[in-house]
Amino acid sequence: MTSEKQYISLFDDNKEIISRNSINLLNRDRDMARSCFGEKGFPSRKVEHYRYTDVQAAFAPDYGVNVNRLQFPLDSSRLFRCNVPHIGSAQAYMVGDRFVGDLSAVLPAGVYVGSLSACPEKYMHELMSRYNSLAPWKTDGIVALNTMLAQDGLLIYIEKGIKVDPIIQIVNLGRSRNDLMTNRRVMMVLEEEAELSLLLCDHNMDSCRFLTTQVAEVWLESNSRLDFCALEETGENNSLFESWNVHQKRGSRLDAGFFTLRNGLTRRTIHVDLAGEEAYAQLFGGVIGDDRSHTDNYLLVEHSQSQCSSNVLFKYVLDGESRGAFAGKVLVREGAQQTESLETNNNLCVSPKARMYTQPMLEIYADDVKCNHGATVGKLDEQALYYMAQRGIPEEEANLLLQEAFLGDAIRRIGIEAIRERMAYLVEQRFRHKLKGCGNCSMCVTKKN
Amino acid sequence: MLKVRNLYASVGAKEILKGVNLTIPDGEIHALMGPNGSGKSTLSHVLVGNPLYTVTSGEVVFNNKNLLEMKPENRSHEGLFMSFQQPVEIPGVSMSNFLRAALDAKRKYWGQEPLTTSEFLKLMKEKRQLVELNPSLTRRSVNEGFSGGEKKRNEIFQMAMLEPKLAILDETDSGLDVDALRIVADGFKTLRTKNMSAIVITHYQKMLEYLRPDVVHVMLDGKIVCMGGPSLADRIEKNGFDWIREHVG
Repeated sequence: MTSEKQYISLFDDNKEIISRNSINLLNRDRDMARSCFGEKGFPSRKVEHYRYTDVQAAFAPDYGVNVNRLQFPLDSSRLFRCNVPHIGSAQAYMVGDRFVGDLSAVLPAGVYVGSLSACPEKYMHELMSRYNSLAPWKTDGIVALNTMLAQDGLLIYIEKGIKVDPIIQIVNLGRSRNDLMTNRRVMMVLEEEAELSLLLCDHNMDSCRFLTTQVAEVWLESNSRLDFCALEETGENNSLFESWNVHQKRGSRLDAGFFTLRNGLTRRTIHVDLAGEEAYAQLFGGVIGDDRSHTDNYLLVEHSQSQCSSNVLFKYVLDGESRGAFAGKVLVREGAQQTESLETNNNLCVSPKARMYTQPMLEIYADDVKCNHGATVGKLDEQALYYMAQRGIPEEEANLLLQEAFLGDAIRRIGIEAIRERMAYLVEQRFRHKLKGCGNCSMCVTKKN
Repeated sequence: MLKVRNLYASVGAKEILKGVNLTIPDGEIHALMGPNGSGKSTLSHVLVGNPLYTVTSGEVVFNNKNLLEMKPENRSHEGLFMSFQQPVEIPGVSMSNFLRAALDAKRKYWGQEPLTTSEFLKLMKEKRQLVELNPSLTRRSVNEGFSGGEKKRNEIFQMAMLEPKLAILDETDSGLDVDALRIVADGFKTLRTKNMSAIVITHYQKMLEYLRPDVVHVMLDGKIVCMGGPSLADRIEKNGFDWIREHVG
């Protein structure tokens, strides 16, 4: 049985249960998604933008899917003991695809952060028209699979003009006794002039294998602003396939950071459509790879309208036998004049067996644009190491300082000071091998002095 | 302090040091002069343990220890410091983190507790003032965006922080204007302890006028071929190196 048949059988055998335990929004496209998935299957390595990740192999094992919505026993006191000293006061958890927590007390009226399944009625009509309008569920087999199987997820809805004050922190937790597949949806709508700062953290609490697909659709309406940072700190048993799809209207601003400090296999697709004039998107990220970890970021930044700007910076530090891949395309559509875009990918391979594949791309159909792109792959600067050794800094410490400094460019782009400082600390701890898989989110643990 | 005996070293297949003999007693300043390519900088790099150079024979004893067996960082901890001719820029590593790591490592090597943050900051301020280094530079990345003069001043500042027993100033005067040269030389003289020794590599008489070396050595073709008092530097200033070459044959 191929991987695809395994999942199609799973769906066919459990369709009724899946549908019964899901809201209409998520049921609407299931059958069509099944057809698309049956037709497309998982992308093979012959598909250009999946060439560096073996999707078939990742989905081949037999994972359980929690179609019956069984709730894992949670020690909520343990989960929620992890308070937020510097990051913000609004924290909740996603256990698999299930939202755990209640932020209503700390959020103003007109703001909803919670379960997609528990979506307030007043937003449902709006969501019906938006759901699956950005996600490439008809062309990407993994997104089709997610659409076929997803039963819940996260909804963030910010009504017009509301500037959400506390930083929202959502901690994704993997919890299971057996190998588990989770298919999670995320929908975020920031209406006109709304503002939100959001931190998403990924962790696992158990030692079994986790396979997660996450499909996120984000709408930034005119002059809205999303300051977003994702931190992945899982482990070798974790495979994550996520697809971020962002649609930006006029004058909106997106600052989105993606940091992978520890993982097994991560494949992330980020598609940002600058669909309104003067929209701005900054995408940045840092990856620390070691052992046999695999991190593949594929970006498509589409300039559909004029006077938009985009800035992309991803940096990888790869050790051990880790693999990294970055492919980033900036597409400037016809008529998108006065586009400004810069795309950079810099990488360090600190061990001889680490491998990095990088492919920055520019495709331009307008003539009044300023676009740059570039990539580097190198080793630690031997001159700097020698200079540091002469000053008495031991080789291990010098390596560490240089690697931290290398990722510093990406960390400094985090707009929220508390998250920036915390990330710098976590990166340092990670390089010093002091960052261990933890039940609590290390973003929140009080900083040790 | 330092005894170099019959030292041979090469880069790849090219032999550059061809039997160097040099003795530096405690508390003395020795100038090392010689034409370009004679091996002065190579000797400096070999002494501090640059991995690009291979020592093929000879010995170096530093305060009764075999220097050549030590890792570069341990040579530093033992008190050897080199002011680089071209200080390296290290983007993203702040001067204070850099010096903190260096001092912590040195104190650990000697079994001492690390300095507290306030002790460290106080020390930085004190030493920075000695070489009149702009305070904003210590908050920036190591040598990044520093002018040539600032880089050299920064080298002397680092020397002040690390308090070496033997400092090698490899053309520290190059790239400095007259005022900066005076500040660097004064800083060096002020922070120099009674027992600290120095090897000063320079092409210019001005630096030697400030530092007043006890001994001047001349290096030609990978060897030290003659030594003398400060007057030897005067003679080189006037007549160049050819007369020495002719004399040595």
